[in-house]
Amino acid sequence: MAKLELQNLTKAYSRDIVPVKKLNLAVEDNEFLTLVGPSGCGKSTILRLIAGLDQPTEGRVMIGDRDVSPLPPGDRNIAMVFQSYALYPHMTVRDNVASGLKMRHLPAGDIQKRVQEVSGVLGLDPLLDRKPAKLSGGQRQRVALARALVRNPDVFLLDEPLSNLDALLREQVRADLKQIFEDQKSPIVYVTHDQTEAMTLSTKVAVLSEGHLQQLGHPHDIYKTPANRFVASFIGSPQMNLFPLSRSGNDVALGDFRLPLPGGVQAASVILGIRPEHLRLPQEGDAHIVSGNVFLVENLGMHDLVSLKVQGDPSLTLRALISADASWSKENLKLALPPESIHWFDGETEQRLK
Amino acid sequence: MTRDYIRERQQRTGWLLVAPALVLLLLVYAFPILRAFWLSFFTENLSTNLEPVFSGLDNYAQLVQDGRFWQSMRNTAVFTVLTLIFELGLGLIIALSLDQAFRGRGLVRTVAILPWALPTALIALAWRWIFNTEFGVWNDILLRLQLIASPVNWLGDPFWAMVAVIAADVWKTTSFVAILLLAGLQSISQDLYEAHALDGASPWQSFRQITLPLIAPQIVIAMLFRFAQSFGIFDLIQVMTGGGPGGATEMVSIYIYAAVMRYLDFGYGAALVTVTFLVLVAIVGLTWLYLARLRAKTE
Repeated sequence: MAKLELQNLTKAYSRDIVPVKKLNLAVEDNEFLTLVGPSGCGKSTILRLIAGLDQPTEGRVMIGDRDVSPLPPGDRNIAMVFQSYALYPHMTVRDNVASGLKMRHLPAGDIQKRVQEVSGVLGLDPLLDRKPAKLSGGQRQRVALARALVRNPDVFLLDEPLSNLDALLREQVRADLKQIFEDQKSPIVYVTHDQTEAMTLSTKVAVLSEGHLQQLGHPHDIYKTPANRFVASFIGSPQMNLFPLSRSGNDVALGDFRLPLPGGVQAASVILGIRPEHLRLPQEGDAHIVSGNVFLVENLGMHDLVSLKVQGDPSLTLRALISADASWSKENLKLALPPESIHWFDGETEQRLK
Repeated sequence: MTRDYIRERQQRTGWLLVAPALVLLLLVYAFPILRAFWLSFFTENLSTNLEPVFSGLDNYAQLVQDGRFWQSMRNTAVFTVLTLIFELGLGLIIALSLDQAFRGRGLVRTVAILPWALPTALIALAWRWIFNTEFGVWNDILLRLQLIASPVNWLGDPFWAMVAVIAADVWKTTSFVAILLLAGLQSISQDLYEAHALDGASPWQSFRQITLPLIAPQIVIAMLFRFAQSFGIFDLIQVMTGGGPGGATEMVSIYIYAAVMRYLDFGYGAALVTVTFLVLVAIVGLTWLYLARLRAKTE
């Protein structure tokens, strides 16, 4: 088994269209890296560069000590699950799964054994002699997965594999994926625009925007300490409340309310961020409290997502998750901002303030 | 179960709407075919003063003995098989080229269909001039390249005349085959090729294992079309060689035309039509069965 390393990887289609810019990344064995970002952030291009389907303009792709950049896709020992699944429509499930092994001239006995193993794990046994057209979306997805697993590749690539499933199935397959890939030794690179998938599946998340790596880290760290405003707004649902504020002395004003800046902050303007789930109804001892009138309540079952206009500045909308059991009034609702849950970003650079 | 009124109503409307077309088809296709079949049991020529006289299977007995008929059948078979092979082969190569992304592809695709869109009689006339002994451009080129010492009478030679009509037909209809196959190629998702490449397939393996099986339906349809048209080829031959020299390029349709229009042997002509028609239907029918089985297999 071998680690996957991207060194200075760049892809430029023209001077202005550069989907991947000088990317450096390493994925070790047993690591599940998720590339997450909005459409057009370059995440799918990175996957294609690793697979060898696109040629990098600069930089290298290393698997172990081997520079695979000059190799065609078939010689890299990489398996990929496509968003469309890319099942061969004229072949049975069995032939689809076995295709990569046949191409590598494995003995027929070995092929059969490995196909049986994988189809057992994924519950494909009753489907082996069917054509893809006769399968449901979830079944096709499992066949695509089987085709990758059966190969025992050095690297797994998955390109938005859940995006063609309906919401219920997606959740179930996500859990299945996590279990299946926990047993895999090889590095896994997973592309998604869905932050829930990124958070639940990965051991490491790379947040991308406009071809640049914004933050790389454990999902928990990314949630807890987003490196900049983009990551803060992209990761977490519902979205973090973010308010660009100008400072006066060591305070900032949020509507009618003043909040102290943490010590040592030099920036002239700052961005205050707080997640809706961290706002709460005030308890005894809470120092930072804001209030405002509620104009929208969205029932999410366990919680209510409450939107209010901050008193003193109606352009500031604060969203908070409040337990559905709690009692509160829409008029002049008071909410506490626990200091440890507040994120501060530089107003100019949008980077996190230490 | 209750009666399905919606379905019943739709079916009634459906029949009503296709009725005019059905009547037209019966008049234009079914009637002439049945009429020819009926006529083939009569002798109706100059010896009977063009009056139909019932003669049973006489026409068919004559047909079995008719060397010229079998010669024209052989010619038709040679012409059909060879044009089919070349048109499919070249058509596939052109389709694969046109499927690639390149500058001006739209224009090239449009130009490619032109030979097929032009009237056959005009094309045939042009090719007759190309192969003309004294003024033909083909002789001119070969002379300039010093590949021949003196002008060759291409259309006057039994072998070369057949080659010439095949070349003309291939030139004219390959583009039709290419466009049909191109439609098939375009329906294949690029993902399949990428997945196959990751599986370790070479381009040649992808062509054989992905491209060919997935455009098989288009290949069969192209063959069916081209077979039916080649088998009944008339205008191209009539204008280029008139079936000559010495019957070397005489196709069944040309012979039937001669039997009816030149020798005024309507009864015998009808027998020729009937036999040719049955052969054509049999071959198309078999191909259709194969196509249906193929479709059942891919679904």
